Amino acid sequence: MSLSPSTPAIEVSRLVKTYGGVTAVNDITFSVSRGEIVGFLGPNGAGKSTTMRILTGYLPATSGTVRIGGISVATQPHEIKRRIGYMPENNPLPEDMRVSEYMYFRGRLKEVPRRKLGPRIDEVLEICDLKRVRHKIIGQLSKGYRQRVGIAEAILAEPPVIIMDEPTIGLDPHQILIVRDLIGSLRGRMTVIISSHILPEIEVTCDRVLIINQGRVVAQGTPADLRREIFGHSSYELQVAGDIGALPAVLGEIDPTLRIASQGEPDAGGFRHLRLNTDREDELGETLLRTLLAQNLRVRALSRTHPTLEDVFLAATRRSWDAVIPTAPPPAARTDNEGANGQS
Amino acid sequence: MKHFLTLLSHEIRMLLVSPSTYIAATAFLGFMGFMFSGILETYSKAPQEISPAHQFFQFFWLPVFFMVPLLTMKCLAEERRLGTIETLLTTPVTTTEVVLGKYGAAYLLYITLWASTGGFFYILKRFSGDARFIDLGPLVGGYAFIAVSGLLFVGIGVFASSISRNQAVAGILSFSMLFALIVGGGFITQTDWIKRDTMAVFKAAVDYAQIFVHRDDFTRGVIDTRQLLFYLSGTTLALIFSILGVEAKLLHS
Repeated sequence: MSLSPSTPAIEVSRLVKTYGGVTAVNDITFSVSRGEIVGFLGPNGAGKSTTMRILTGYLPATSGTVRIGGISVATQPHEIKRRIGYMPENNPLPEDMRVSEYMYFRGRLKEVPRRKLGPRIDEVLEICDLKRVRHKIIGQLSKGYRQRVGIAEAILAEPPVIIMDEPTIGLDPHQILIVRDLIGSLRGRMTVIISSHILPEIEVTCDRVLIINQGRVVAQGTPADLRREIFGHSSYELQVAGDIGALPAVLGEIDPTLRIASQGEPDAGGFRHLRLNTDREDELGETLLRTLLAQNLRVRALSRTHPTLEDVFLAATRRSWDAVIPTAPPPAARTDNEGANGQS
Repeated sequence: MKHFLTLLSHEIRMLLVSPSTYIAATAFLGFMGFMFSGILETYSKAPQEISPAHQFFQFFWLPVFFMVPLLTMKCLAEERRLGTIETLLTTPVTTTEVVLGKYGAAYLLYITLWASTGGFFYILKRFSGDARFIDLGPLVGGYAFIAVSGLLFVGIGVFASSISRNQAVAGILSFSMLFALIVGGGFITQTDWIKRDTMAVFKAAVDYAQIFVHRDDFTRGVIDTRQLLFYLSGTTLALIFSILGVEAKLLHS
């Protein structure tokens, strides 16, 4: 791999894939730098799997270019296949092979030298905690083990790029934790792209998130960036009692962008729920509390809310459905998705 | 072709651990043994004009119709159904290597099964103590015919498997194609319309592809290069179509 370290591990530019009159992937552009773990999010049928298959060279693209480590997938598919580890959707495995036999076979196909293959198999089985089942037949393994066999197989040849399509699907929380640690342990050494529906999963594991909907990238960035980009504001929730008629003016003094986004009806104790939005990123809680008390309002609770990745995902995909211009980049304009904010 | 041997040995191993291989082998040997003892019975009743080997190979088509689909229907259809074709083709192997590996393993098994029927002739010679029963010419010719025609038959089976994801569909498809190839030619020559002058070219082509005639030539010891060419070119074509079948399915999957 005689490439300068500045070459991005994966470069996708204006990728389009249509089949049977359906545009599965519509003008996707993104790049992934080396050693990064990137999460692919998107509703079902968004084009995640198709994009991943094109990245591996399994499917040809209709137009656009994909480069892995600076090498074009379309013109040198064989070079690409030496550089990727791929675990497809649903993790297909042969039913009637033993784990160690399968690893050996795959290692030979992936051109791992015969001398190094034995120690390397031991190593990946150790990493994936599969030593106990190495002589078992794959068809008899439980889902969690099968999934780990798939992951072990993907990292077997130590490829610089690993692409995994829903590696944690169907696992129990304990196994998800193991897989998450496993993927985390690859950070810095290998470039990893994973797709998942389990959003907290992505949030914990990935450095960066790409949200795809209807074949387009609708948002990308770190989870924190996405929150800012999609929601563009911080929210505070409070429960106050008293006359709130003068509140908007008072809030305006604290920060011009601070405003009441929603307010509820007073309950039996006279307290009502308020939600305040502001463009300010820094913490306003203390100032807010002091100001409210100075206004003779009784405050029962005050908290800052953080939209979860789930909210970001829902907001981003909803926005893309509303979008009229198909090729527009994710607009910087914010949308008010008050209802989507959750407490974290 | 770097990975051909890896794939071939993997396929052979997979065939050897699969129970269906042993079921097919037992059924095949049982059936052929039954046929062989039937032939010997006719010989014990009345003298025959042709050697037992000659008669034995006359029934080659019966096992071909059932064995070839059984051996080959799984090879590519199953990979596609399980999705393992995706993991296979995202390693540095070519579709050609995959298809040739599958084909090679199926052909070797086919040949091995036929070769084991050689035991029948050995038993006959051993226990009859009469070398006249073993007419070496038809025997060698017959096995040569099986080896050469098997190339094409197994190729057709692999092709059928490459265009479907369902084993049953692949099996029936390969049965139909083999049936059309083996019996169809003889059937067409018996129709009236092929005897018309305008059909002369077509008739020549059909005559060229008469598999029963090829068998008779081989067992008589006549090995015609045109016939060899027929099987070799047919095999090449079937394998090229298999590769295209796998790749076309990729494009539209």
